[in-house]
Amino acid sequence: MALEQKDVIDLASLSVDEIRLILDTAKSMREISERPIKKVPTLRGKTVILFFYEPSTRTKLSFDIAAKRLSADSISVSAGMSSLVKGETLLDTAKNLEAMRPDVVVLRHAFSGASRMLGERLEASVINAGDGTHAHPSQALLDMLTIEQHKGSLSGLRVAIIGDIAHSRVARSNCEGLTKMGSEVVLAGPTTMMPKGIEQMGVSVAPCVDAAIEGADVVMMLRIQKERQKNFLMSTEREYARRFGLNAERLARASKDVVIMHPGPMNRGVEISPEVADGPYSIILDQVTNGVAVRMALLFLVVGGSRHGYTD
Amino acid sequence: MAILIKNGRVIDPGHLDDACDLLIRDGRIAAVEPQGTIGDSSADLRVIDASGLWVTPGLVDMHVHFREPGQEYKETIATGSEAAAAGGFTAVCTMPNTDPVNDDPAVTELILNQAAKAGKVRVYPAAAISRGSRGEQLCEFGELGAAGAVAVTDDGLPVMNSQLMRRALEYASGFGLRVISHSEDLQLADGGVMNEGPRATRMGLAGIPNACETVMVMRDIAVSSLTGVPVHIAHVSTRESVEAIRRAKADGIAVTAETAPHYFTLTDAAVEGYNTHAKMNPPLRSEEDRQAIRDGLADGTLDAIATDHAPHSPMEKEVEFDRAANGIIGLETSLPLSLRLVDEGVLDAGTLIERMSIAPARILGLECGLLVGMTADITLIDPVKEWVVTTDKLKSKSKNTPFEDWTMKGKAVMTLIGGHVILDELA
Repeated sequence: MALEQKDVIDLASLSVDEIRLILDTAKSMREISERPIKKVPTLRGKTVILFFYEPSTRTKLSFDIAAKRLSADSISVSAGMSSLVKGETLLDTAKNLEAMRPDVVVLRHAFSGASRMLGERLEASVINAGDGTHAHPSQALLDMLTIEQHKGSLSGLRVAIIGDIAHSRVARSNCEGLTKMGSEVVLAGPTTMMPKGIEQMGVSVAPCVDAAIEGADVVMMLRIQKERQKNFLMSTEREYARRFGLNAERLARASKDVVIMHPGPMNRGVEISPEVADGPYSIILDQVTNGVAVRMALLFLVVGGSRHGYTD
Repeated sequence: MAILIKNGRVIDPGHLDDACDLLIRDGRIAAVEPQGTIGDSSADLRVIDASGLWVTPGLVDMHVHFREPGQEYKETIATGSEAAAAGGFTAVCTMPNTDPVNDDPAVTELILNQAAKAGKVRVYPAAAISRGSRGEQLCEFGELGAAGAVAVTDDGLPVMNSQLMRRALEYASGFGLRVISHSEDLQLADGGVMNEGPRATRMGLAGIPNACETVMVMRDIAVSSLTGVPVHIAHVSTRESVEAIRRAKADGIAVTAETAPHYFTLTDAAVEGYNTHAKMNPPLRSEEDRQAIRDGLADGTLDAIATDHAPHSPMEKEVEFDRAANGIIGLETSLPLSLRLVDEGVLDAGTLIERMSIAPARILGLECGLLVGMTADITLIDPVKEWVVTTDKLKSKSKNTPFEDWTMKGKAVMTLIGGHVILDELA
């Protein structure tokens, strides 16, 4: 089995079987990173361009490591670093990229729909590394892999996602992916940050953070950006921390073997208290480790993979 | 030179809807009589057989963007006029957001000169309310009116300052100029790019709530009531705006309003796939809004259908959705899309023609109709002719339409202005 489409744009366009395939492939990839020599020849001779129009450290590094561990040639281009970016339209960029015959383009872009647009115009596979507030599929997949690692299965879990849902592509992709895989997703956050009609994605909105956390198996905290004060979306960081942040007291409402996640980078003391972030329930660093495995799986699968999954 | 249009269904809203013949002499309507009763033996008589066709007053589009001066690569007054004639229009009102803005009599004159040179449809410029449409200083309404402007508006941008809106209404009334409101609260819009709702949420696009339009519609109704000066609301898209205008009219406030074919044809579902040809301002709304727009047209709350013809080149449209320019071309698809309202029983033929000719003309203070003695601006419509929208066949210089490849029913087959045939597609 392989992926149906050449691009990975969002979780909505992946079937349950495809998500399963990616997660299973990622599991088998995990072990490569534990070897003394962390490299397999699988993607030798393949070219992966990491195109990041928006600043990113973690995601870019993670894709880069993933490509290199599979022996692909990865080249990273950042906004501001390249004439390819300055004043050129995405369409012209696409044409220029195409002319260099890459096999995979990993795109991070500030505008929703950009990855899809690029994918429609490139022969190469496009992996969306985050487009505007639309989707961040590799993040949601690594989140699902991490949950599964700790909980055994995704089905029947209660997952609370808390924070600025409106501006979060991570939240959207997790809503799509987790509900597909049988989890119950409940959202909470300031009403100003709850986008209209989000329930139509098959999730529910809790009246307050405490209600969302009540009995949760997984609590995922989203990064809050201080700039949101400018648009009147929040009051002070102090109030945010008190009313919407995760602390030990609030966490007591969750299931007793709850796990805590955060896509990073964290604002310690704002959306998450330090004792929770570093506490026994936190699986935040496992997310980072799994990120490399999931991205190895995605790169492998979009370049054709094998029809029978990954074999070393 | 005389023209006899025979065997057609003559629709002159409010006056006549019957099988009649119509005689044009010296550019004016000389007679409208039962079929076969006009005897004219002029040597130079041209007889047009209008069997199966509607003979209507020339259609009027009170809201177009012709991009000249400044963005002639998108549209010129000449190409826009040709598109208008092809769509059955004999008169258009051009919005002032050109470059430079039509805030100076010299620009108004340039527009009129270019229109005369094009020699197609009648072009009535709307001038700006404020200098540069910046909302800071009133334009010279008297001078602009004398130069030929028929209305004032900062269209493309709202008048955010309520005091400026009040003074614009008062000042314009002294010069007989209609004030047209682009009703949008920029703070509520807050960078939104499509209709706020579940679809925008799922697609990760910033939403524009209905209230963004409606609060300004309500404000302008209140300011119109305060001043006693009529206000015209452009491109109505929300059910709440329709309701506010309906109530205002019932209260005797002199508000008029237009909507565009895309608002009664499409919903925000057209944005799926990040289709920039479905990006406009105001945005395509929900199905409930679409229904309310149709109801508003049916009961006369919405007086007129206007296209908001907004040409853009691929440079503005083949980009990320957030970056794409707002607007679509509409002159050549307006009539068939509007005729669907007749097919679907929303409006009868006479009412539709009224919304597309007499009503906008009345709002702008223009003559329009088929009474004897009137200027012979006439459109012949084949209400059943089927055709497919093919962008390279459209006369507009720009091709930004969401209706490409749609099968349309109904077409203007002849357009006459002052008795001169400017479009002839009669087989």
